[in-house]
Amino acid sequence: MTSAPLEYYLMLSAVLFCIGTAGVFVRRNLITILLSIEIMLNAVNLAFVAFGRMHGRADGQIIVFFVMTVAAAEAAVGLAIIISLFRHRESLNPDSFTELKW
Amino acid sequence: MLGLIPFVPFAGFLLNALSGRRTTRRVSGAVACGAMLISFILSASAVWSLLGREPEQRHLVQTVFTWISSGSFTADFQFALDPLSAVMVLVVTGIGSLIHIYSTAYMHEERDSEYARYFSYLNLFAAFMLVLVLGANFLVMFVGWEGVGLCSYLLIGFWFQKKSASDAGKKAFIVNRIGDFGFILGVLLLFTRFGTIDFQEVAHQAAMIRPEVDAFGTLSLITLLLFVGATGKSAQIPLYVWLPDAMEGPTPVSALIHAATMVTAGVYMIARNAVLFSRAPETLAIVAVIGAATALMAGTIGLVQNDIKRVLAYSTVSQLGYMFLAMGVGASAAGVFHLYTHAFFKALLFLGSGAVIHALAGEQDLRKMGGLRRELPITYWTFLVGAIAISGVPFFAGFYSKDEILAKTFESGHTVLWLVGLFTAMLTACYMFRVVYLAFFGERPHQTVHPQHPEQEEPVHGAHLHDAPPAMALALIVLAIGSVVAGYVSFGGRFERFLEPSFHGAEAAEAGAHANESMLMGVSIVAAFAGIGLATYLFLLNRRAADGIAQRFSGVHRLLTNKYYVDELYDAAIVQPIRIASEDGLWKVVDATFIDGAVNGVGDVVRGLSELLRRLQTGSVRAYAASLFVGVVVILGYYIWR
Repeated sequence: MTSAPLEYYLMLSAVLFCIGTAGVFVRRNLITILLSIEIMLNAVNLAFVAFGRMHGRADGQIIVFFVMTVAAAEAAVGLAIIISLFRHRESLNPDSFTELKW
Repeated sequence: MLGLIPFVPFAGFLLNALSGRRTTRRVSGAVACGAMLISFILSASAVWSLLGREPEQRHLVQTVFTWISSGSFTADFQFALDPLSAVMVLVVTGIGSLIHIYSTAYMHEERDSEYARYFSYLNLFAAFMLVLVLGANFLVMFVGWEGVGLCSYLLIGFWFQKKSASDAGKKAFIVNRIGDFGFILGVLLLFTRFGTIDFQEVAHQAAMIRPEVDAFGTLSLITLLLFVGATGKSAQIPLYVWLPDAMEGPTPVSALIHAATMVTAGVYMIARNAVLFSRAPETLAIVAVIGAATALMAGTIGLVQNDIKRVLAYSTVSQLGYMFLAMGVGASAAGVFHLYTHAFFKALLFLGSGAVIHALAGEQDLRKMGGLRRELPITYWTFLVGAIAISGVPFFAGFYSKDEILAKTFESGHTVLWLVGLFTAMLTACYMFRVVYLAFFGERPHQTVHPQHPEQEEPVHGAHLHDAPPAMALALIVLAIGSVVAGYVSFGGRFERFLEPSFHGAEAAEAGAHANESMLMGVSIVAAFAGIGLATYLFLLNRRAADGIAQRFSGVHRLLTNKYYVDELYDAAIVQPIRIASEDGLWKVVDATFIDGAVNGVGDVVRGLSELLRRLQTGSVRAYAASLFVGVVVILGYYIWR
């Protein structure tokens, strides 16, 4: 079975990363921004796995596990912060939180 | 032993300065006078032991401690007593004691604390003056030199509530600083040239050097700088202007500091370095000319002053000029001799004028005096003795010393300077007897005497004037006796022989024409009597003639009354330019623009930068994320397309 060439995976990874980045910049909802960050992380995971496969080594896959763990932790902390922010301002728009203290 | 001589007055100073507020004036006066008398007894015994030695051995040294030792430079805190300092020590402690005693009566109207302050200053002055004359090297002398300057400042400004007094103190201090600057430079240059600052060693080395004839070399420069110091301390042209103003101080201070002792420090310093100066004939010529010019100038000013103390002040400047004239023509012994006799009669004259001022409730204007002969007999007779002595009448002290200076000047070939000196001698007699006639003869203008001086805060004593109280009378009488007999020590050249070890090696190089001494003496006597006669005619017999002359030569008279406009000249040439440069230049331009500008500028720059940086801190999370993203892209792009 012939596998798809490396460039395909990398292209897909870059596209996903750009979608995620655009989501972070464009969307005005903190939860959506958090989701966009997850997309960016998964784009990176894809690139790691693809490189690992190309070199025939397990390093790429191992690092992906780490990233997934961190992403889970980040999602937990991030969602908790978002809930706490929402309680303060009744809003999920990041532009409501430009004051450095209140 | 030698160290105790200045230490005892210093202890008196400490005692009065620390506890004077709590003691009565009787105690503080007794402490001060006692300290001076003990110091006098110590000095007398030290001089006595000096006299017991062979003339060549007459040099006592005491090292108190090693002061500075740095590389090749060493300076011990060392005292030395030789014939020259012996004369000075006796003058300082002897006349100092008398003036202390006089002061106990003169300052009686001060409050207790002020009284103690006065005596503590006076004792401190005596201590520093003794350090000055006993110091065995330039540095110890300089300690005394500065110390007496400080005490002079403190005592001139003793009545500091009065603006003129505090101004006069500042003037004296600042003018003296100019001279001191020259003195320091001179000492530094001397050290680089000789490698030592010990008087004896300098004299030894200098004695082996050939005089700098027809050349202005290092020695001439050293001596000239030292002489600049002397002109400051001893009130010579061009730095004499402080002394007349110094008369704002209490009269005994004028007698002690500004007549008998401190102002002679410059003369003493030159005499102390007579050998060094003898190797610099160019400087000696300058010294002689300045001395003669000062004597003449101050004498002419003294002729028209109306303040009794100012007349005496100009007279002091003039007599100091004589001493410098003597130093300049190489007659150090004669100069020191005049210093010694002058201390007696000028202290006497000042104390006499103090008694007059005391009796008249602070009045110093000669025009408001007169007829005091009957009311103040002790003051009158002693003052008269002083006036005769300073005028140079035979058998009184001033005659011998002044005559000797004039004779030495003539012998050294300075005929012009001799003529100037002779003319000044006549002026001296004239202005002194003017004071005598104006104050003690004639009638006092009938008017109420206003106390213009804070030394008399009480109401006027009324028509009944009281003569000098016992303490003042004692000082006056002792000094009057001194003014008569002090000159007799010179008979047969004894004084000169006594001082010879101090001036060893400073013999004048050129032996001028030996003139007929009795002829010179006769001329001086004629000059003295001419001056007295002139004063008698103008101010006693025919006062209208004096006014007539003043009117006839009103230009000259105005010039003299205004002291040749020297104060105004200095004000325009030095004081105002400095003031204008400081105020309009340094303050309003440099300080306001540059200094303040730099300080404010630092603040402005920081604030402006903060204003810019503040805009980055938007608080918008997405802006931060965008900048992060852009940064990553730029860095990656750099590495990819490098």
